[in-house]
Formats: sequence, C-alpha cells, structure tokens
Amino acid sequence: MTAMEIFFDIGVMLFFLIVLTLLIKPLGTYMTYVYQGKRTFLSPILVPLENLIYKASGIKQDEEMDWKDYAKALLLFNSLGLIVLFLILLFQGILPLNPRGFPGFPPDLAFNTAVSFVTNTNWQAYSGETTASYLTQMSGLSVQNFLSAATGMCIAIALIRGFTRRTSQTIGNFWQDVTKSVLYILIPISIIAALLLVSQGVIQNFDPYANSSLLQSFQTQDGQSINNQILPMGPVASQEAIKEFGTNGGGFFNANSAHPFENPTPLTNYLEILLILLIPFSLTYTFGRFTGNTRQGWALYATIMMLFTIFLGVMYWSEYNGNPIVQKLGVTGSYMEGKEVRFGIGGSVLFAVSTTGTSSGAVNSMHDSLTPIGGMIAMLLILLGEVVPGGVGSGLYTILAFAIVAVFIAGLMIGRTPEYLGKKIEVFEMRMSVLIVLTSGILVLIFVSIALVTYAGISSILNPGQHGLSELLYAFASASNNNGSAFAGLNADTLFYNILTAIAMLIGRFVPGVAALAMAGSLAKKKYIPPGIGTLPTHQITFVLWLAVVILIVGALTFFPAMSLGPIVEHMIMNAGQ
Amino acid sequence: MGDITKENTIFKPELLSQALLDSFKKLNPLCIWRNPVMFLVEIGSIITTLGFLAGLFFKTGEPSWFTGAVSLWLWLTVIFSTFAESLAEGRGKARAESLRKTRTEVMAKKLVNPESKEKFELISSENLRKGDRVLVEAGGIIPGDGEVVEGAALVNESSVTGESAPVVRESGGDRSAVTGGTKVISNQIIVRITANPGEAFLDRMITMVEGAKRRKTPNEIALEVLLISLTAVFMLVVINFNSLITYSVKAAGQGVPVSITMLIALFVCLAPTTIAALLPAIGIAGMDRLFAKNVIALSGRAIEASGDVDILLLDKTGTITLGDRQAVEFIPLPGSSEQEVANAALFASLTDETPEGRSIVVLAKKKYQMRLTALPHSAKSFPFTAQTRLSGVDIDMDSYRKGAITAITEYVKNKGGNVPSELEEIVKSIAKSGGTPLVVCHNAQILGVIHLKDILKGGIRERFVQLRKMGIKTVMITGDNYLTAAAIAAEAGVDDFLSEAKPEDKLRLIREKQQQGHMVAMTGDGTNDAPALAQADVAVAMNTGTQPAREAANIIDLDSNPTKLMDIVEIGKQILITRGTLTTFSIANDVAKYFAIIPATMITIYPQLDILNIMHLANPYSAVLSAVIFNAIIIPMLIPLALKGVKYRPMPAEKLLMYNLLVYGLGGMIAPFIGIKIIDIVISMFI
Repeated sequence: MTAMEIFFDIGVMLFFLIVLTLLIKPLGTYMTYVYQGKRTFLSPILVPLENLIYKASGIKQDEEMDWKDYAKALLLFNSLGLIVLFLILLFQGILPLNPRGFPGFPPDLAFNTAVSFVTNTNWQAYSGETTASYLTQMSGLSVQNFLSAATGMCIAIALIRGFTRRTSQTIGNFWQDVTKSVLYILIPISIIAALLLVSQGVIQNFDPYANSSLLQSFQTQDGQSINNQILPMGPVASQEAIKEFGTNGGGFFNANSAHPFENPTPLTNYLEILLILLIPFSLTYTFGRFTGNTRQGWALYATIMMLFTIFLGVMYWSEYNGNPIVQKLGVTGSYMEGKEVRFGIGGSVLFAVSTTGTSSGAVNSMHDSLTPIGGMIAMLLILLGEVVPGGVGSGLYTILAFAIVAVFIAGLMIGRTPEYLGKKIEVFEMRMSVLIVLTSGILVLIFVSIALVTYAGISSILNPGQHGLSELLYAFASASNNNGSAFAGLNADTLFYNILTAIAMLIGRFVPGVAALAMAGSLAKKKYIPPGIGTLPTHQITFVLWLAVVILIVGALTFFPAMSLGPIVEHMIMNAGQ
Repeated sequence: MGDITKENTIFKPELLSQALLDSFKKLNPLCIWRNPVMFLVEIGSIITTLGFLAGLFFKTGEPSWFTGAVSLWLWLTVIFSTFAESLAEGRGKARAESLRKTRTEVMAKKLVNPESKEKFELISSENLRKGDRVLVEAGGIIPGDGEVVEGAALVNESSVTGESAPVVRESGGDRSAVTGGTKVISNQIIVRITANPGEAFLDRMITMVEGAKRRKTPNEIALEVLLISLTAVFMLVVINFNSLITYSVKAAGQGVPVSITMLIALFVCLAPTTIAALLPAIGIAGMDRLFAKNVIALSGRAIEASGDVDILLLDKTGTITLGDRQAVEFIPLPGSSEQEVANAALFASLTDETPEGRSIVVLAKKKYQMRLTALPHSAKSFPFTAQTRLSGVDIDMDSYRKGAITAITEYVKNKGGNVPSELEEIVKSIAKSGGTPLVVCHNAQILGVIHLKDILKGGIRERFVQLRKMGIKTVMITGDNYLTAAAIAAEAGVDDFLSEAKPEDKLRLIREKQQQGHMVAMTGDGTNDAPALAQADVAVAMNTGTQPAREAANIIDLDSNPTKLMDIVEIGKQILITRGTLTTFSIANDVAKYFAIIPATMITIYPQLDILNIMHLANPYSAVLSAVIFNAIIIPMLIPLALKGVKYRPMPAEKLLMYNLLVYGLGGMIAPFIGIKIIDIVISMFI
C-alpha cells in the first residue's frame, strides 16, 4: 500500500467523522423536540397518525408512569414481541410469502433468533437466504429491528428525564415514548435511507430467487460440474436501512453488509456506517439539551470520539501492517483477507470499528480474518460494554452509568459526596450503575468459563488453538453485550450455544435496562443541587479523560487474562512466523 | 484529658501493642465479615495454608516454600487490615477511657418537693431520672446533664472541655445547660435533670469516640458497593482465568495448569484490598481528628455532610465581631474641637460601666492622653434609663450627656439650645458605615458625635476568603438594621447577610436554601437557635449553649468557637478525599500486578508471552510472591496517610481532581512497578 493510499484513507475517515459530527446537533435537537413533545417539521403529518395510534390502542397520552410501571410496560411489550417472533419463526413453513418453501426454525434456533432480535443483538445462528422466508424477514425480524431499537431509546430517554426532573415520581410514559421513537425518528430516516440504498443498487422485491448461468462452469471435488447459480432475492433495502439505523445488524443475507445486494458500493458503505453511528452519537447531544447544558452532552461525545478514534487508528495500523506470514509468501500490498475489495482497508476498518463500537454487529468484512490485534480491538470495543458509542439508547445509558462510577470516585477525590448533574449519587445509584456497567462482563466471564470446561462448548470450536479461544470469547462478548457480530469458525447453531447465548442476550439486555430505569426513578425523586465552585465540573477536559480512563480500566482489568491468552498470544505467534 | 487532645503522634507504643493484640482478635471470621473483601482474603489465606500443610506430607506441583510464603503474606494482608482498624479504634478508646474516668458516681441531693429546696434525699446519680430536680452546692459535682432552673454558679467544666477557666451557668437565657461530671465552684443551683443515666452527653461522647456503635455512613456503603462488585468480578476473572489456562494447556500441548495458590494470589492482588483494609480506619480516624480539635460529632454522617456544606450561616455577634461595640472616633461639630468632644465624652462615660462606655474612656485616654481618672465628689451620675435614653454626669453646674440623636436633641431643646444642621449628616454617615453614632453634649451645646463600631474578630476576613475557596458561601445573621448589617457584611467579606433576623427568619432561610438544593451548616448556642439547628444539615452547637441547642445539633464544639466549622468542613472533606484517593490508588495498582502475575502463570504454555514480563521479574514464583508482598506491605505503609487523612487543598475542583488523579492515579499505576521489581530483586537473592 502506498503512502498515497494511506493519506487517502485517513482523509476519507476524517471527512466522514466531520460529517457525522455536523449531523449530531440537528438530529440531537430533533430528538429532544420529539421526546419533549414539541412541534417539529414532521408534526403536521405525524401528530394525527400518532393520535390515531393512541386512540386505537387505548393509550392515555398524558398519563405519566413511575419507574416500576415504565419497566413493567417495557418488559410486557418486549415479551409480547418475543412470543410473536418466536411463533412466526417456528411456523414460517405454513405461513405465506415463502417462495423457497423454507420449513419452520427448529425450536432452539427459533428461541435464540427471537431473543436475538428482541434484544437488539441480532446474533444470527442461521443464514438468512437459506433459512428465513420473506414474511419472517419483513414482519418478524424487521419489525423487531424497529421495536428493539425504540426500546433502547426509551430507556435512555427515561434515564435522561431522571437526571433532569426534580422531586418527581414519574419518568415518562413508555407507550408514548416507544410510539414517538418509531414514528418520528426511526421510520422517517429509514425511508430516506432505504431509497438512497435502492438508488445505489440494493434490491427490494418479492421475487423468487433468480437463476443465472455461470460464464464458466465449475468442477466440484467429486467431479460434478456446476453451470448455474441461484441468486437470492428479497425486500432487502427496507430491512437494510433499519438494520443499520437501529444498530441491529442482522443481515438479510448471511454475508451481511459484505453482500453486494446489501451494500453494493463504497457510497452505500459510508452511508451504512453513518446510519449505524448517527443515533448513538446524537443522543449525547439530546442528553445535553435535556439537561439544559449542551456542554455536558459534548463532554460525553468527546469521551466517546476520543476512544473511537484511538481504536480506529490502532485497528487501521494493524490491518495495514498485515500478516508477516502472508507477506513472506510473496503477497504484497495490504492485508485483504476477508475484506471486500470495493471497500478496501479504510472502508472495512471504519465499518468494523463502528459496528463493534455500537452494538450493531453488521459486518462488511470477516472479523475472524482480521489480524490478531485488529480482532482484539473489535472484541475490546464490545467488551468495554458497548459505549463507544454503543447501541441506540443502550450506549447512552451505559456510558451514563460509567459516568456515575467515574463521578463517584472523582467526587470523593475532591472532598464532596458525589453528585452528577446536580443529583446526589448515593447507595442506590451506585448499585444500579454497577449492575449496568458490570453485568455484561460478568456474563462473558461466566459463560466463557462454562463453555471452556464442557464438551458441548469446546466441540463447536472449529479452529483449535488460541484462535478458537478468541472465537469463543467473541461469541459470548457479542451475545452478552447485544452486539450480534461473530468471529466465524464457531458452530453456533447447537442446542448448547443457542440456549446459552440466548440467556446471555436476555440478561445482558434487560438487567442493565431495568437497572437504568430504576436509577431513573431514584434520580427523578431527588432534588437538584445547584453547582458551586466546589462542585466537580463534568463538562471539562479532566473529567472527559477520567471517564475514558475508567471505561478502559474496567474493561482492561476484567479481560486482561482473556486477551493475553487469546489475541495477544496469537499476535506473538504470528510475529514469530509460526 | 488535655494531654490527650494535644497528642498528635500516631504510633504511641502502648497503643501499638494493644492494637496488635486486637488485630489478632479481629481475625475471627464473624468479626471480619463486616469487611467482605478482607473476609474473602482470609478465606484465601486459609485455603493456601491448608495447601501448604498438605504439601508437607504429599507431593504437590509447586515448591512448598512458595505456598508457605504466599500463605504467610496473605495472612499478613488480613492482619495489616485489622491492625489499621484496631489502631484507629485504640486512639479513640484511650480518649473514651479518660472521659469515662470523669463519669464517677456521685451522690445527688434530689429535691423531694420541686418547689422547695429545704427537703432533699440523697440518691446515687445512677438512679436519677429525667425531670428530677437536684440541688448542687459549691464544691459539688453536677450529677447529670440538665438545665439550671434556679440560681447561678461558677462551674468548672474542664473535665469535658479541657478548659480550666470556670464558666457562669445561670437559670434562664442561653447559659442554663450543665453537663454531668462538671464541678460547681461557687454558689448553689437547682438543676433539672434532662437525660437518663447512660443517655447523657458524656455517654454519647464516649460511644462516638470509641467507635463501638459506629454505623457505616451512606457514602461508605456506596463505596463498598463498588468495592464488593469489583471484588466479585475479580473472583470471576480468576475462575475464568483457570478455564482459559486449562483450555490453553490442551491447545498448546505444553505447559502446566495454574495452581490454586497462584489463583488465590492473583485474586487477592486484584481485589481492592488496600482501600478495603483501610476504609474502616479512615472513618474512625476522622472522628478522632475532630475530637483532637475538641469537636464531638454525634454521627459520622454529619461529618461527611459537612464536607458538602456550601452555605454557612453565622451569627454576627460573637462569631464575626467581638461581642461588643467599641468607640473608634470622636467627630466634632463645627465650632468645637475634637479635644472638647473627647473631653465631654470622657466625662459622660466615666461612670458608665457598659462595655461601650468603657471603650469610650479607653479611646479618650489613649488617643487624647486624657489623664482624668476620677470625678470630683460633687459629681452626680445619671446612668442610662429606658425613660431618658441617655447617660452622663452633672459636675456642679456642668452637665455632660451622651445618647442617641433623638434623645440628645430633645434634651438640648429642653435646655433652650439648638441643633446644628450638620449633625444629621454626620450621624447618617456613621450609620451608613455600619457604626452606631452617639451624640455628645455639654449643657445645651451639642459638641459632636462618638463613632461606635463593631470590631471584627482578628483573622476573620482571611477565614472567609478561605471558605470561599472551599466553595462555601457565608451568610451573616444579625438583628441589626439593614444599613448596619450591610456595612459589617462588606467589611467582614461575607457573601450575604440577613438583617433584623428573628428565629423564624433563620429557619425560613435554611429551608429556602435547602429547597434550592444547598447544604446548610449553622452554628448556634441559644434556645431560639434550636429549631434552625434542627433543620440545618450540619448543626454545630457551642458547648456553652443551652440544652435544647445542644440536643438539636449533630456536632458539639467543646471550645465554643464558632469558626471551628471550618476545621469540621476540612476534616469532612479529608475523609472523603482519603477514601477516593486510596480507592483510585488501589485499583490503579492492579495494572502492575497483572503484568507481574499473568506472564508468570502463562509462560510455561506460551514462552512468547515473556514479552509481557516488562519488569523482567526473575521467575514465576518470585513474580507472584513479589506482587503478593507488595499488596500486603502497601497497607501498613498507607496507615499513616489513612489516619492523618490526605491533605485538603482549597483550590478549584477541576484542579484538585487533576492533582489527585496524577498523584494517586498515575502514581498508583507506576509505584507498584517499582515496588514489585525491588521486592523481586530481594527475593531472587535468596532463591
């Protein structure tokens, strides 16, 4: 790779991050207006629709909920979604819109998949084009792509309200928040995005799979000659848009965003990355707007962006340097194994960092084929708890929990019982924050331990050795943190993994989520303490750095041994040329 | 007790040996359970010790000196922690002991009929109950906490306050409270007992000082939540680590699995033992430091809250200013000289025994060298009365008077004199500057004006500047009118003031500020302060104050020095800072310990991982042992810091945070690298 190419890659990434940053304020402001019930430019069209929905479903608009009611509504809503999706998957064989006549999912896979999409994880132990009917994709998976994203946003908004309300018993109305999230934010932008994707060649149809003859016939090992191939079709663009925008990541096809029908051009590639990052980053601004001090939001943005850029830089450097063993074989140029030529190193690395930093899990390159350090960065981004910048909503409430832990220690260090945004941080907040921050890490540690000592766990590892360990670690990291991407090389569609990852996904999603709501309830009840000169400023550079350090230290201390025996050993072995 | 309060050394030999003894008693699992992190360390020590004993008889995978050494140092880790707590408690216990000595059983003269002091029965002070009335005569010990209901007496309270000068205690007003165990020196008083035996002030002091009943404060519990959660995570990390190693040994086809000793060593090193070991000591030592300043906190919560105080209400009189006003200047009217005014003022004040009057005499003598010491016999003095509202003397035909402008104007007009037009101007300007004008006349002629002024206590302005740096706003409360109050406020440098304040105004002000989210501290001594004290977040009562005031407060200042609050705030902050910095230090240490232990345990499986051994430790055993030893000895090394508290520097929060992060965060990351390396060098000299 020439210096020119590096220069180009860095230039494009820089340009991309600037565009992203410029979009944060408009979208963040728009979301603030939506959740505060203010008029927006879409109100003339959407308000009647919104009212109709409330009327039809019997939702009282101004009824406020305390955190327990809010959490009950949220859990009920998600349970229903889980059951409906499970049934669709189980019985897709007898349901319409199934041109290939796929049978129903086996129960364990159906359960795993339903949990996966309801929890915004989109872990896929199946291949879309050979397993799921159009009905499953559209009315099952896509619907949950919207609803699971909205669920995350509701929790984030409820927590923001907890910070901004004073001596209040309530934190909002779940039904209203979820309706507004879908109607005002997710649907409009998804429509625009889907149209843009179609314009670039992403397909959108209900056609049966196409058959095309090969230009050159192909001999298999047992002597059969293959003359034509099947091209899977489907309503891809509509699902692709929300897949990225809701940080879902469940691909229509198994190859996910590496597939030309999902992600045909470099332009769609950057568009998809932008969609992935847009809400998580913009929510920091929404947070600032809500609290009345946008600098509080920008401080979170700065923390996230700093970590994002560092990780991006390291992964790019690692992928650029590539694998000395391959180079010895005479392959010159950058390390392209598992990457699409149309995206190059820059487009692949940026995608990989974005999809693991958010809880998206969409992929446009094979993470399994990243260099050991590159793979470690991807894994770390997930293991940090999905906060760089994390999934829609979940990223914000997780980093706020980190901020509370950071504030707690920093507050002590300046001699005050800690407070954040004018709210005292007491025992209950600490309990909830610790739950939010540590649950996913604890899940990974427990499940990896279980898998490593059971036959069912180890027998799925296709690459024995330390890379197999990395794959296993990645799988549970991905499930527990609701990311959904995977290192391939692990046979995940077994009863063992389907059940274990499903449990990891459920706990990893709802324990922190409910803890965030409980914390919102407790914070909302507190009175506001005006800042004085003895107050810890949480919008300045010292705190930004400290928060970043806390996030890194918690992750590093939890996973240092695992990282050493996985990617770091792999890196050493690779550099030793073995 | 005086000798104890002065004592500042931490390691007194007799305290040390007692603490050492106690630290072994505290190893009892039922006792150490209160500190879950150390409890787990103790369990770890037991397991490795069993492993060591087993190694003496059976062949295990590792050298038994290693298992033995690790066990020893793990036990030391636990003992260092119990020692820190015992040491902190020991100092408190010694103080409590000296207090207890003063609480001797005395025979009280209980009045049979409350109305008459003729008939009384002798009963033991142990049997006195609330509401009983007792007679205490000169030379007698007051048998219990109470309130003087009749009479006045000089009381020696040195047993409680350490102050040997006796104080006046009298019925009614703000000086009616008496403390059990103090001694009446003159006169006799009737005391109504206000506390049952065992609930008295002294008893409460003793329990607080001893730390026996010390409950964990909310902030301590919140910190514990964090520490215990981290410990739980590290336990899982170690279990996970074991699985990883087991898998890797199989995958690599070489190397040995990690031993139980190594796993426990890793766990103990990672767990935040440093802060967990010192946490109880920090709180106890904080109370003790307060006590050394003659302040008794009646709850740990109050001290922590004082660190958060951002508004401080101070009574003007006695706190900001000296109790009385003093003359500072004589201002003549046109037609008379300063000398004449001074002369007339001196005459008018010679028989005036009020502090103001005396200050006029002092000023006249000092500034104008007046020699007159006594009036001629013919002089007739007229003391201040509510009717005339002026005072002075008549010497033969000359009359000298001083008083407020209205009174003097009336007096002069009656004598046929007139009032110069400039007078009004002068009087107004004095009032505006916060002073009190006293007009002086000689017969029918008004000569000039005496400027009486509130005198600020020495150094008070500087203390307010310091408070402001700490982020605390000061509010002065005074009964003065607005103009006077404003002038004194400006002079003293307080941030705000409340003039013409009545008790209910104070209460309202506190409620209002609390509603806005402020933490309010207040000092008070009078009964009318009690409601406000009860409402304030941090309420400091003077020991000279009334019983209701002392009961409403959560902190008692034995020296009755209102600016003591600054010390209290400082200690409150110190406790929090010490907790925060040691937590940071403890967690930052983990990085280096990882770099010591992880390569050591993995090197047999993947020799390539030696690259992580950045300290170049001699061998796996000495690496692990060095980390364990460092983890243990850092505790006693930090005991002095935990007991003395990290110094609080009044500076903006941002700067203070940066400073402490650099010292304890970055320092905590670097220090163990050096420490472990040194220990490793020493160990490898022996093996």
